[in-house]
Amino acid sequence: MYAQMVDTGLAKVEDLDALPPAERAFPARIDADVKIEPQDDMPEAYRRTLVRQIQQHAHSEIVGMLPEGNWVTRAPSLKRKAILMAKIQDEAGHGLYLYSAAETLGVSRDAMTGDLLAGKVKYSSIFNYPTLTWADIGAIGWLVDGAAIMNQIPLCRCSYGPYARAMIRICKEESFHQRQGFDIMMAMCAGTPAQKAMAQDALDRWWWPSVMMFGPSDAQSVHSAQSARWKIKLLSNDELRQRFVDQTVPQAEYLGLRIPDADLAWNPERGHYDFGAIDWDEFYAVIKGHGPCNRERIEVRRKAWDDGAWVREAALAHAAKRAARTDDAAEAA
Amino acid sequence: MSAVAAIEVPSRAATHAGDASLDEALLALALRQADSPLVLAQRLCEWIGKAPILEEDIAQANVGLDLVGQARLWYAYAGEIEVRMGRVARGEDDFAFRRDASAFRNVLLVEQPNGDFAHTIVRQFLFDAAQHLALDALARSRDARVAAIAAKAAKEVDYHVERSADWVVRLGDGTAESHERMQRALDALWPYTGELFDADATDLALAEAGFGVDPRTLAAQWRETVDAVLADATLARPADGYVQRGGRDGRHSEHLGHLLCELQFLQRAYPDARW
Amino acid sequence: MSTDTATPPRAEWPLWEIFIRSQHGLAHKHVGSLHAADAAMAVKNARDVYTRRNEGVSIWVVRAADIHASAPGDKAALFDPANDKVYRHPTFFPMPDEVKHL
Repeated sequence: MYAQMVDTGLAKVEDLDALPPAERAFPARIDADVKIEPQDDMPEAYRRTLVRQIQQHAHSEIVGMLPEGNWVTRAPSLKRKAILMAKIQDEAGHGLYLYSAAETLGVSRDAMTGDLLAGKVKYSSIFNYPTLTWADIGAIGWLVDGAAIMNQIPLCRCSYGPYARAMIRICKEESFHQRQGFDIMMAMCAGTPAQKAMAQDALDRWWWPSVMMFGPSDAQSVHSAQSARWKIKLLSNDELRQRFVDQTVPQAEYLGLRIPDADLAWNPERGHYDFGAIDWDEFYAVIKGHGPCNRERIEVRRKAWDDGAWVREAALAHAAKRAARTDDAAEAA
Repeated sequence: MSAVAAIEVPSRAATHAGDASLDEALLALALRQADSPLVLAQRLCEWIGKAPILEEDIAQANVGLDLVGQARLWYAYAGEIEVRMGRVARGEDDFAFRRDASAFRNVLLVEQPNGDFAHTIVRQFLFDAAQHLALDALARSRDARVAAIAAKAAKEVDYHVERSADWVVRLGDGTAESHERMQRALDALWPYTGELFDADATDLALAEAGFGVDPRTLAAQWRETVDAVLADATLARPADGYVQRGGRDGRHSEHLGHLLCELQFLQRAYPDARW
Repeated sequence: MSTDTATPPRAEWPLWEIFIRSQHGLAHKHVGSLHAADAAMAVKNARDVYTRRNEGVSIWVVRAADIHASAPGDKAALFDPANDKVYRHPTFFPMPDEVKHL
């Protein structure tokens, strides 16, 4: 998902009964669904894990602007251009809300940006794939945002107050993102043969990366279990993935597009779609930096950050001058 | 009326019962008003995901969205005028995506490349300050559609100019480096500002009829605004020298062709597709 | 003009807490935070970040560092004493059904 494989720093899931009495208050509050707020006492591992998770999530929004930004200057109509601009702008906003949530945990946005640029913190692997045609913009909205919403809605109930509140705002705003993606796909599937072929090609290229986006099965993961215990991960990767496949297959059928998975079939016993084996080698290769666009994405962010340094610095210098002038004026009066 | 001569005129003769030459002038006005915001919005799109700070990315997108919206309103009106004149109806996308550079009527200033953030901000401010005055005047047009579109756009541009002026001051009077960058941008873009206040036969005919505004009448006030902001910004107004002009008549810099290549790619490559 | 990455980390724009009053006559409500060089810029940024969907008609900005909060450790002392003052709530006073407008 937008935050993949977040390390809790713990070797095994905390056992409430084994904890010394002084440390039981926190898990008890979590169990009672009491929201944790920035000033509250919290275990260091909880705080660190949240910082990692929220930060990854925020970076994903910011890096996620780039593959779509790749087409905003080439959007095929003024209406589509305006919609895409507004959508990418929302993503900047969502990154901002998430950075703010992480900042309540005592880490600065600049420090988080530094971690992203230094490659110390990941962002969602999906954004390391290229957008090659306009249909990719449709596919991203339909599939990637569709998958993201699925993960984000449960996070509105997560245990950390500022994160939950950020997610509520994000989910509210994001509701149009998936629809605009599907709307692009509908227009292309109802269009010329070339457009339909573009739409199919986009699905062919984005399907598996989208399915992988949920991350490897976490049934055995200590970190996932602990995060679930802390209520900062509410559904397992496999559960979310299954929901995504179940929801998306009929949508693809409606579009008249073929999902590139020969093993995809409805399983009446399970009441779910079965799907083929995921190429986790590819997933790990992309995570490690070998995706088609890893280097470019970070390079663009680094250049933007470096090129903007003089602007940020000048704004601060000017603010200091203004404040000094106001003070002088106040003294004179 | 050289500004209009370059527009491809479909073969059907004008059947409009009213003053055909006035419609021709109104059409030129609508396209000039549409093309500048569109081209500037396209430039702002190039910044998406790359602004100096996240807050600025969001703010700039708002400006860009306003500009695209303004262009759409003017194109819609241009299409109506053409229909009124008995020509083949064109929609907003026909205007934006299916005309070559020589048919574009934007001022040269807005097609200049983004450069660094200083160039982008100075370009924005010089344009906003003029546009703000032009739209205020057009909001009093005797043509109801012109007045309505201008009034809506004026509200948006009021905010744009406030924002861009604020940045000019902050960066002009920021650090030594920012000051130097801003002065350089101002010097580079200044020759494109003269065109903002050129008046041709079209402008004069429209002003005469109470439909448009004579741009020359806006120059003094623009200069006042610009001088005040530059003073706060500790920047020196460049000396007036040779003026780069021609955009409003379809004679553009080399930059516009490249900008349109990108803007128009899909509509040109797939002319029969609907998106 | 140096983009030398060896330069020391520069200061960050301060963090501001943003409060928006919506159209329906409610009080200003905390909506989130953002960075800005000063208050004037914070108001503009808040307009662009937090009112993109007609959310507000008025904006307050407060430097995050200027907010003084109650200490979580004092929660019991601060808030528990209000628990037994039930007479502050109208439902504490049962009224006969036939008496109206109370």
